[in-house]
Amino acid sequence: MVPLSWYLILSGILFSLGVLGFLLKRNIITIFMSIELMLNAVNLSFVAFANYWHTHPVADKSIVPLSGQVFVFFVMVVAAAEAAVGLAIIIAVFRTRETLNVDRVNLLKL
Amino acid sequence: MVHQVLFIVFGLICVAGAINLLVQRHPISSALSLVVVMASLALIYLLLGAEFVAAIQVIVYAGAIMVLFVFVIMLLNAGAEERTRGSRMALIVGVPGVIILAGTVGWMLVSGSGRLGGVNLVGPSSFGETHAIARLLFKEFLLPFEITSVLILIAIMGAVVLGKREN
Amino acid sequence: MTKNLNLWVIPLLPLIGAAINGLFGRRFKNAMVSAVALLFTAASFGWAAWAVWTVWPGSGIALPHIETLGTWITAGTFSAPFGFYLDQLSMIMVLVVTGVGFLIHIYSVGYMAHEGGYYRFFAYLNLFMFFMLTLVLANNYLLMFVGWEGVGLASYLLIGFFFLKDSAADAGKKAFIVNRIGDFAFLIGMFLIIRHFGSLNYDAVFGKIAAGHFTPEAGWGIFTAIALCLMFGATGKSAQVPLYVWLPDAMEGPTPVSALIHAATMVTAGIYMIARSHAIFNLAPHALQIVAIIGCITAIFAATMGLAQTDIKRVLAYSTVSQLGYMFLACGVAAYSAGIFHLMTHAFFKALLFLGAGSVIHAVGGEQDMRRMGGLRKLIPVTFWVVTIATIAIAGIPPFAGFFSKDEILGAVFHSPYGGPVIWGIGVLTAGLTSFYMFRLWFMTFFGELKLGSVELGEEAHAAKAPAQAAHGAASHSHGHADDHSHGHGGVHESPWIMLAPLVILAVLSFVGGWVGVPQFMGGHNEIEQFLAPVMQSGPAVAGEAVSDKDATTSHAGEATPENTKEELFLAGTSVAAALIGLFFAYLFYYKSPELPDRITSKMHGIYMMVLHKYYVDEGYGAIFVKPLLALSTVVLWRGVDQGVIDGLVNGAGTASQGVGNELRQMQSGNIRSYAAWVAIGGAAIVAYMIWLGVTR
Repeated sequence: MVPLSWYLILSGILFSLGVLGFLLKRNIITIFMSIELMLNAVNLSFVAFANYWHTHPVADKSIVPLSGQVFVFFVMVVAAAEAAVGLAIIIAVFRTRETLNVDRVNLLKL
Repeated sequence: MVHQVLFIVFGLICVAGAINLLVQRHPISSALSLVVVMASLALIYLLLGAEFVAAIQVIVYAGAIMVLFVFVIMLLNAGAEERTRGSRMALIVGVPGVIILAGTVGWMLVSGSGRLGGVNLVGPSSFGETHAIARLLFKEFLLPFEITSVLILIAIMGAVVLGKREN
Repeated sequence: MTKNLNLWVIPLLPLIGAAINGLFGRRFKNAMVSAVALLFTAASFGWAAWAVWTVWPGSGIALPHIETLGTWITAGTFSAPFGFYLDQLSMIMVLVVTGVGFLIHIYSVGYMAHEGGYYRFFAYLNLFMFFMLTLVLANNYLLMFVGWEGVGLASYLLIGFFFLKDSAADAGKKAFIVNRIGDFAFLIGMFLIIRHFGSLNYDAVFGKIAAGHFTPEAGWGIFTAIALCLMFGATGKSAQVPLYVWLPDAMEGPTPVSALIHAATMVTAGIYMIARSHAIFNLAPHALQIVAIIGCITAIFAATMGLAQTDIKRVLAYSTVSQLGYMFLACGVAAYSAGIFHLMTHAFFKALLFLGAGSVIHAVGGEQDMRRMGGLRKLIPVTFWVVTIATIAIAGIPPFAGFFSKDEILGAVFHSPYGGPVIWGIGVLTAGLTSFYMFRLWFMTFFGELKLGSVELGEEAHAAKAPAQAAHGAASHSHGHADDHSHGHGGVHESPWIMLAPLVILAVLSFVGGWVGVPQFMGGHNEIEQFLAPVMQSGPAVAGEAVSDKDATTSHAGEATPENTKEELFLAGTSVAAALIGLFFAYLFYYKSPELPDRITSKMHGIYMMVLHKYYVDEGYGAIFVKPLLALSTVVLWRGVDQGVIDGLVNGAGTASQGVGNELRQMQSGNIRSYAAWVAIGGAAIVAYMIWLGVTR
């Protein structure tokens, strides 16, 4: 038995590291990776809670067992879509600005 | 006991990979660290009995998305990141914000851990089974599932439009 | 028996006319404009006449006849209705206002025919009529105040009618501002009435007084305060000392305006208000005394100023102020009916004089300086004769109208405890002066030789023009009417009949108007006094009580004992003698030996200068009130309050938001990482708040 809180704390640590990466990294691709890290951290808590509710069934029918895993699936879909579009944007920005440093990309336009 | 040891091991690998992602200055190193994080997360999912999620974690994340990242890094020939002082705010406001966030959430989880139960290594037989998830996905969540396909389609089109070189 | 007279129609008709002409008149032909204006004014006069006829004493309709349309303002226990009040007093007023007003409208059709802004003029005239009728028909002080203010507004518009001319615009503003000072006092008086009576309705206020709730001892202070405030308000409207200064300047307006506003209607508002409030004044003997003294001072003061004026309209202006002083005097000695009687006769002959003067000015092509006139008797005979009648009437020579009303006032003054022989003497002296300057005008205008444009005004006259005078007087002399009225018919000519017809009607009225008040000692019945008696009945009696220690003998309605008759005859004779003496001196100075005035003025240069400059009152007011006020406004209110505080606040708010924005702008750096930082701190704050909520719960 591993306490649920361990998973959640691990999730929180990963999420915080993702935020820190977003704040501290200057390379736009690395920042994007930080976002993926945050999404993964959230996925971890989804799966942990899915398992938790599975082993602690409740009468409330609104809580569908395993729905946490389905949500992970959706998050991955969104992450994939986001990665495709985001990386395309990065390429477009790089074409015009010739840089990947976000500090030099602050005009809020291409 | 084994469960706990495995969790700690993979959890430490996970955190180490994430920290390495931050520390490395070359994006390709960061990308590879992220792959490490994702792989160990997949293992943790397995510990939780979520086989399907573990599998797609490896296939989609580590396989597809990270490969895309690496491709882009190579395509743009991204070098080590520069040391620019772009934003004081990120340091003055952001870092304390993250510390507070992590501190409060951590404090809450630690203090509330007694009330939360434990998670088993392997749950009841039906937990991680692919067909159980598939049943859920194609029955209760059919509409969102179909909408995700549309989302993916739009994302592909968007990527094509954005990536197209203007002449 | 009550009957609905729809009194509201009387003031409403001119308002409709004003609205039609004001809104659409620009597109109308002049004939159409005058048709609208005349039609509605005539209709108003007709309705008023019908209403008066219907309620005429003996008709069985109880007076005062009150009609209430509905509630206008309600606040707590106080309420002011839209109500109209018809009694003997307002009957006279409403007939005078609509009647004389209608005649002046007719006259204006001819007089203003060649002026720009024709529709505007008639819209203003009708608007003025509306407010004036509201004033006299209101059944409470508040509605009266609406008319009161509206009359001030209309007079401002009419005096400043030639607004392109600076002096006219200034005169309009001066009239408005000076009136405003009086209005302020009137307002305070109304507040006091509300506080003391809880109502502004005439029947409520006078009912309470008539019921005998108040003795002079009990409410002495408050009644004196109310009466003084009302009186001060009246000094503004009725051009009494110290607020008379607007009236002479108001001659900048077109002449029919002078006739309408400064003879027949607006200036009488103050007299009407005092007569209407006589119940209050009767309880405040000290206030009455002050009214009498102010009237007396105004009468003599304005009369002396009239002596030296050379502008034909200004002479009439000062004579108006002087005559209004008489009316004030009459009110001051509690002879309200005499005051109203004089108001009525004065409306006739002064309107006639102004219109006649307008006709003269019209005839000589815009010239207003009497020194350039002369010998017009043969050239404009009709005007000459009507002005002659008016002059005799105002001079107080029987059997013309002015004699009876003036004699009535002087007789009342002589007997009243508030008057006495001294004030009576001043009154008689004023009568003599009035006669003198009116006949001076008459002789200078109609006799001698026509000097139009040929006479260079004497060196002495030029020297007399101080800068202040130049601003007011000379400006109006040199181009006063010339630019407004320079239509191309050359030579002196008689006015058209549309102008002369009202003159003739007014001349008849000036002649016979006094016969309604022939005193008993001359074999008459003094009908007007008896007519007004129901309204004024409480007047002399209460006043007599109030000052019973002075052993008052009331002058009114006394038995025609032989002794009384002899005294009355003596008084009447004195005033007639004064008038004739004035006539004689005018004849001597301005007909027989015209060089005499110059000799006298050069002898008494100082006094002459003082009189010519109207005792430097305008300059004095300028130094005492206007300049310090301007300085205060400039330094404290403008630089200090406006620029410092108000602008400071506004600019400060602007600067502050600019500064804050400048700081907040840092957030919007365009840098993704700083946005993320804000999101992070925001998320931290939310989580912290949620935990705090959980902890406190």
